[in-house]
Amino acid sequence: MSPSGESTHALLEVDDISLRFGGVTAIDSVSFEVRPGELFSIIGPNGAGKTSIFNSISQVYRPQSGDIRWKGSSIMGTRPDRVAQLGVARTFQNIELFSHMTVLDNLLTGRHIRMSGSFLAGALWVGKAKREEIEHRRRVEDIIDFLEIEGWRKHPVALLPYGIQKRVELGRALAMDPEMLMLDEPVAGMNLEETEDMARFILDIRRELGITLLMVEHDMGLVMDIADRVMVLDFGRRISEGSPAEVQRDPNVIAAYLGSTELDASDAE
Amino acid sequence: MLGRPRLYTAYRQEAQLLPTWTQKVVCTLFVAVLFLLPFDLPVINQIPVVRFLGDSDWMRPMALLMVLAIAALGLNLLAGVAGQVSLGHAFFMGVGACTAVYLGGTSGEATWGHSLPIWVWLPGAGVVAALVGVAVSPVAVRLRGLYLAIVTLGLVFLGIHFGNTSWGRKIAGPPALGREFPGLDVRLWKEETPLINVEDDGHWLWFDVTDLQKRYLFLLVLTIAFTLVAKNLTRTRTGRALQAIRDRDIAAEVMGVPEFRYKVIAFAVSSFFAGVAGALFSALSQRILATDFGLFLSVEFIAILLIGGAGTTSGTLIGTFFVVMVPQFVEEFTKWLDRAEGGLTELLARVLLTEGDDFGIINTAIQTPGWTLSVFDWNIVLFGALIVVFLIVEPLGIFGIWVRVRNYWKRWPFSY
Repeated sequence: MSPSGESTHALLEVDDISLRFGGVTAIDSVSFEVRPGELFSIIGPNGAGKTSIFNSISQVYRPQSGDIRWKGSSIMGTRPDRVAQLGVARTFQNIELFSHMTVLDNLLTGRHIRMSGSFLAGALWVGKAKREEIEHRRRVEDIIDFLEIEGWRKHPVALLPYGIQKRVELGRALAMDPEMLMLDEPVAGMNLEETEDMARFILDIRRELGITLLMVEHDMGLVMDIADRVMVLDFGRRISEGSPAEVQRDPNVIAAYLGSTELDASDAE
Repeated sequence: MLGRPRLYTAYRQEAQLLPTWTQKVVCTLFVAVLFLLPFDLPVINQIPVVRFLGDSDWMRPMALLMVLAIAALGLNLLAGVAGQVSLGHAFFMGVGACTAVYLGGTSGEATWGHSLPIWVWLPGAGVVAALVGVAVSPVAVRLRGLYLAIVTLGLVFLGIHFGNTSWGRKIAGPPALGREFPGLDVRLWKEETPLINVEDDGHWLWFDVTDLQKRYLFLLVLTIAFTLVAKNLTRTRTGRALQAIRDRDIAAEVMGVPEFRYKVIAFAVSSFFAGVAGALFSALSQRILATDFGLFLSVEFIAILLIGGAGTTSGTLIGTFFVVMVPQFVEEFTKWLDRAEGGLTELLARVLLTEGDDFGIINTAIQTPGWTLSVFDWNIVLFGALIVVFLIVEPLGIFGIWVRVRNYWKRWPFSY
């Protein structure tokens, strides 16, 4: 799975977007594209605008200029739930699970866009709504199996350990059957063992489910190991892009990370 | 086949409303007791509490209980499940009541009415209330928390004002103005003899039933239907979407749940429940006073949710029972004390009761001079205290206490 050639059509094209909050420029004319099947990673120091890019893609933030295209057509100005329906799923940096619901209900909420039973059919527990509950339960059970969270099924997520919550959040995004999955710091705050588990899940998602991945991460070891291409941001500007090895050698990147030659050294938040 | 508890071999099994045999049996028995409660059967009369709830004196509080339960289930969907705390629920009940009287009542010289049958005015009251809910929701959807509570509170005062206008009096004018309020009789259209007579004593199947018992059974069927609808909504796609919005609204949107649409649905469904309850309320009480649907009723609904357990269907029902019945119990208790002669009870009566001038804290005098509070006032104090206690000690309400008791026995003899 080397970086794919120029011939492949881009799945997601971010074209010269800028996002300002009053006088603060969070994203400053950033462009990149994500090709089908690749694992594209965005790195950069804190406050570089990585999460803002995710929020712009899901249209939670509306960039003031530039264009974001999904499979060739612009998604600028659409509602976040429409973007989700197009096949873009994401996880969040700080866990944003539905904390009073069980693991099962969280995953089933991920299936929301793939279900179509009306609320009347649901209220009367008849027809499509009833059948759907059972069909989609089966699909959700596959994801529970995939992520090895069988034991937590019926627990309210607020009571689960952090590492498991991260996994449930990944599961909720997978339940949406996305074409592209955006992971916002999937291993933040995890120990080595949990990080390795998560890396394995990410690779399996790519290999077995064929989902394109866009990842923001501070763990340089993980990024350099599994990413196909890396984009580096600093103060909202793109300062480098290329394969992990190329990026590591880039003097701009080295300068951005406090002038240190060791990327890992500046990793601590 | 009983099978092991919590061992499911098909998703269909697990998706049932009452998955275990114990739940099925207990629930069937409970519903059977509810249906037989108003009749003077030897078996029913052995069960404590239930014994006297079936007496004809208690049929009125029981009817009120069920009407408020339907409305509370609606508010639970909005405030408990979707997290949008509304103080305007009494207003939507009032809208339902007015619609019911306008559609189902007779017209008089000073009033409007169409004398339509119950299958028009009952759903009609719900639909009109729901439409008003949808009309309000574009404003309400943009607010949350305290701001939403204040805005919806404004609706209550608008409603009271409307009730005092000439239009309000024409729509909801009392029977004293020479009109009839709708009853619970089921008619095909406007014919003289109803298809199902609910308002007079008579025969049903092989039984003699009084009008009170008939009304009780009629309301019980409706309440069970609305409970099932509320429960089903909560556990299917719509309910999950609403809970998602309650817990994390932005994450819910990013997961593909259109926030605006679902909040409007929550307002509409909750107002529908309130409208139907308001219609039943007007048919039972045969009067509409704008002040009946005031702030106190709205606060009572909030008390029901907080005491019972917000977000849970069974908790809402328990909460309604608590809030409606506790004042009745307190009143009965005071009467019982007042009548007590000799022994410990009379001593207790001397300590607690007063006519206003001597030692005691509960005033039983008709007029209330002096500082001591009447039974009614004590009930208000009691609710206030209970809301505070539940918020601090057990935010999940009585339902939360039940979960703790259940878990204790589940893992007994271990402590966790």
